[in-house]
Amino acid sequence: MSAAVLRVEALSVAAGAQRVVNGLSFALAPGEALALVGESGSGKSASARAVIRLLPPGLRQVAGRILLGEEDLAAASARRLRQLRGPGIGMVFQEPMTSLNPAHTVGAQIEEGLALHTRLTRAQRRDACVAMLERVGIAGAATRLAAFPHEFSGGMRQRIMLASVMLLRPRLLIADEPTTALDTLTQAEVLDLMKALAREQGSALLLITHDLGLVARYADRALVMQAGRTVEEGPAAQLLARPSADYTRALVAALPRRGPARPPRPPAPPLIEARDLLVTFPGRGAWLRRAPPVEAVRGVSLAIQPGEVVALVGGSGSGKTTFGRALLRLAPIAGGTLRFRGAEVTRLSGSALLPFRLACQVVFQDPYGSLDPRMRVRDIVAEPLRLPAGLPPRQRIARAEAMLEEVGLGGIGDRFPHALSGGQRQRVAIARALVRDPALVVADEAVSALDATVRKQVLALLADLQRRRGFACLFITHDLGVVEEIADRVLVMHQGRMVEEGERDAVLDRPRHDYTRALLAAAPRPPRLAPLVGN
Amino acid sequence: MRLRPNLVIGGTLLGFVLAVAAAALVWTPHDPVRTNLRRRLRPPSAEYWLGTDEFGRDVLSRLMTGAVTSVTVAAATVVVALLLGLAIGLAGGYLRGWVDRVLGALNDTLLAFPGILLALGLLAVMGPSRWGIVLALGLAYAPTVARVVRGTVLSIREREFVEASRALGNSEAYTLLRHVVPHTVAPVTVLATSLFGWVILSESALNFLGLGVPPPAATWGNMLASARPFMLEAPMLSIAPGAMIAACLLGANLLGDALRDILDPRDGA
Amino acid sequence: MAGYVLRRLLVALPTLLLAAASVFFLMRLVPGDPALLILGDAATPEAVADLRAALGLDRPLPVQFLLWLERVAAGDFGRSITNGEAVGPLLLDRFAVTAPVVLAAVGAAALLAVPFGMLAAWKQDSLADVATVTVATLLLSMPSFWLGLILLLVFGLWLGWVPVVGWVPFAEDPWRALHAILLPVVTLALVEAGVLIRMARASTVEVLRLDYVAHARAKGVPEGRVLARHVFPNAFAPTLTLIGLVLGNLLGGIAVMETVFTLPGLGRLLVDAIFARDYPVIQGVMLFIAAIYVLVNLAVDLLYPVFDPRVTAD
Repeated sequence: MSAAVLRVEALSVAAGAQRVVNGLSFALAPGEALALVGESGSGKSASARAVIRLLPPGLRQVAGRILLGEEDLAAASARRLRQLRGPGIGMVFQEPMTSLNPAHTVGAQIEEGLALHTRLTRAQRRDACVAMLERVGIAGAATRLAAFPHEFSGGMRQRIMLASVMLLRPRLLIADEPTTALDTLTQAEVLDLMKALAREQGSALLLITHDLGLVARYADRALVMQAGRTVEEGPAAQLLARPSADYTRALVAALPRRGPARPPRPPAPPLIEARDLLVTFPGRGAWLRRAPPVEAVRGVSLAIQPGEVVALVGGSGSGKTTFGRALLRLAPIAGGTLRFRGAEVTRLSGSALLPFRLACQVVFQDPYGSLDPRMRVRDIVAEPLRLPAGLPPRQRIARAEAMLEEVGLGGIGDRFPHALSGGQRQRVAIARALVRDPALVVADEAVSALDATVRKQVLALLADLQRRRGFACLFITHDLGVVEEIADRVLVMHQGRMVEEGERDAVLDRPRHDYTRALLAAAPRPPRLAPLVGN
Repeated sequence: MRLRPNLVIGGTLLGFVLAVAAAALVWTPHDPVRTNLRRRLRPPSAEYWLGTDEFGRDVLSRLMTGAVTSVTVAAATVVVALLLGLAIGLAGGYLRGWVDRVLGALNDTLLAFPGILLALGLLAVMGPSRWGIVLALGLAYAPTVARVVRGTVLSIREREFVEASRALGNSEAYTLLRHVVPHTVAPVTVLATSLFGWVILSESALNFLGLGVPPPAATWGNMLASARPFMLEAPMLSIAPGAMIAACLLGANLLGDALRDILDPRDGA
Repeated sequence: MAGYVLRRLLVALPTLLLAAASVFFLMRLVPGDPALLILGDAATPEAVADLRAALGLDRPLPVQFLLWLERVAAGDFGRSITNGEAVGPLLLDRFAVTAPVVLAAVGAAALLAVPFGMLAAWKQDSLADVATVTVATLLLSMPSFWLGLILLLVFGLWLGWVPVVGWVPFAEDPWRALHAILLPVVTLALVEAGVLIRMARASTVEVLRLDYVAHARAKGVPEGRVLARHVFPNAFAPTLTLIGLVLGNLLGGIAVMETVFTLPGLGRLLVDAIFARDYPVIQGVMLFIAAIYVLVNLAVDLLYPVFDPRVTAD
């Protein structure tokens, strides 16, 4: 490994007195792909930023060497670093919405690096940009150079970002969670493209990710980090198949795994039934020139039986979230009917709707946004018990405390949400949804924002509560892994329509619709793990 | 919580002005309106700490009673602006639809008049008086409050906890009061603090122009206006009232900055 | 882009109309008969009735408003009650004094504020940053009329560098006119620079945190170019909006400055008219300033896409 592109030796990064990276060492051979894997707070992003010498304010390197070839970057002058950034090290950032400058055309931004680092003429630069944009799959590249970033979707922006970085043929490409903000299908496309480009140009790849599922497909080796320290390092396949450290084992165990199918339930009248549900949003624009209404949900039908767990899967823009909200009467229903326990609730409002509200609850995705930051946890969980009126406040508090106990949060009722971790907040949201013993819970991406190991715990809790309390559950997700774990039945939505519906194993093993097949193929799920399930 | 310099300095300045006003209610060194032409334009001395003005009135006493006027007018104006602004902003932000569109159009029109110009126009109609100033400035600043409140309500009502409250079956009114209104308290407090400074400045400007509290009552603004011809002979006449206005403005700005930092939800409750 | 321009124009127009309506109806709230005000108490009832008919005061209020609007659109703002002068030319005459002061002050404030604000943000939490913010806060806490008086005292009376009174029109003696507006411009520029420095700094701090700045640096872009090309346009966009507001506020508050420095501008015209209860003039000045304010903010809106092309998207 003497010809390593990058060698990091005993790197430590500190925020004030606290070390966020502690003695990290690794090496990267030319053309090799290494994944730095870790959950939030593991120090993986700080490590990546230290390599390219762009630590955010407040963080500084306190020890170690970073060798790009034979050159120590930590000792390099600012001028030398500028020469190296671009052709030496390229970096792709996480957030496609903010990683391109909104004030300049994409052409100007892609060209900027070429103008700085090469002696090409303006015309040559332009040709190179067009060729690269075409390579990353932007149709009509020559005309799109003059477009601004906001005219592209998130996935397209990450492709443009890749084009801008790979145009300089960097020896080392750093990708910091490049697809975390994208949906499953787009994620696979962008990562495949990145892998292919790195191979074509012989760039070594340092992939920063929280998702162990990506490692098998996109990395040769992986290094697992926890709280700033290296936990385990090794070839990707071996690390996944035979993890040696406890933490790695926990991460592998947190990968989605199909649970045993539950026995088919006897036919029963549906708890909730939507028929040809239609949801439209008014078109955007001023009232004088309004665009036509957007059809978010175009006639979707669905029935859920009491106690059934149904997963609703789809990419961003599929209408799955809107459908979930319409089912709860939180989004306006423009057409179709909604029946609950046989009675129509499509147009009820006010007190007529109350019995429906009392029976149906929701858990949202964002553990930061779904709890009122000015209320204590106990009051948040006790609030649903105001209705139906009659329960004295003291008993409400007692039941809230008992519910908190049940979700594993006993004794923290005094705290405010900001004092809780993401997983704890989601448990509070679950407690609030369940405290009134609802018949139906809609969980909208309820675990998507959580770290893998935490997600596993919250999912297990939810499954356990479902078994004991027997509520029906509609689980809305873009993540097929979640579906495998808990669903009885799977529905797939695409562009506002239901494209596939069936028993879980049938849909996952024998998908009928092309979109479902593409979704399954793109899922970051190491295929080698499947046989483990039977053991 | 660590002591912030903004909080300490801002609080001290405003506290000082309030203390001066409170003291003036019970005691001033001399009669602030009694003229004595034999001792006009005296420099500061042991008897007249800040000297006397062109009618021989004690500048310190006038400064103190001026504080009472400024503080009461500013406080009343802030209350008027807050009440109006909160009502318009809450209604527009929460009800949306045509209510918001109508209120928004009116609000935008009022904002199309620079605040003090609107106050000048209203005073032209109502004639100069203490309560005329309160009403004029209150109306002039209410749209600013309304805009802040409406913006906060619009961003809060999109948050999931508001939707969660609706999903629980809570009424719209309960949701508004329990989950939305409390979130406007922090930005409105910050705004009210800055508003206090701005109102004192505007009120002094109106008095400076002679469109405010009628003489012989002392205001910082009319003291400054009448000091102008005697700037060279008695600079203290110009310096003292201006310094008081600047103290209020700086105090309010610093306190507003400090409150914004403290009440910022990103720092926790 | 064309759609964006059209939308902004469509928003500005009703605002102008509503502003005109509020000025008109505000003036109708004045107690007393305008015809009587114009003619004075000694007028005969017949003369009053004639004037009422001539002014259209006997028609219903909405009709009066439309008639008035028609005249204003043609540039006819009526005549002053005090001296019978036509209000329209009077406004333009006085605006020729006010406009250079306000424009120069805002221009100077922006030129001063943007570099200082950006550099303070770039060196966030350094001594230079703290000093800049402190100075900016002190400046924006200065009552402009007081700062003006102090500057007048120091540079006019004590040092004798600038004339204390004596406005002459630019057309007569540009050099002396420049002298006369120097201190008001400096005063307003200093006070408004305080506001703008803080804004420029705050928006630069926000922008510096974003990934595209890191992206530019990660490509090897030199720091000066990062600031000029990647940070400036994005940080300047919100500051530009504020500049529009500042300009309007200066126009609104200009009466005080013009009183301090004895300049015969729009603000002074308004205040004198208020004292004289010269309602056609009051009405004219208010409408004129409101219209300018709306137009300035329209111009700012139309300029905005140069710095942030996102706003033109539907």
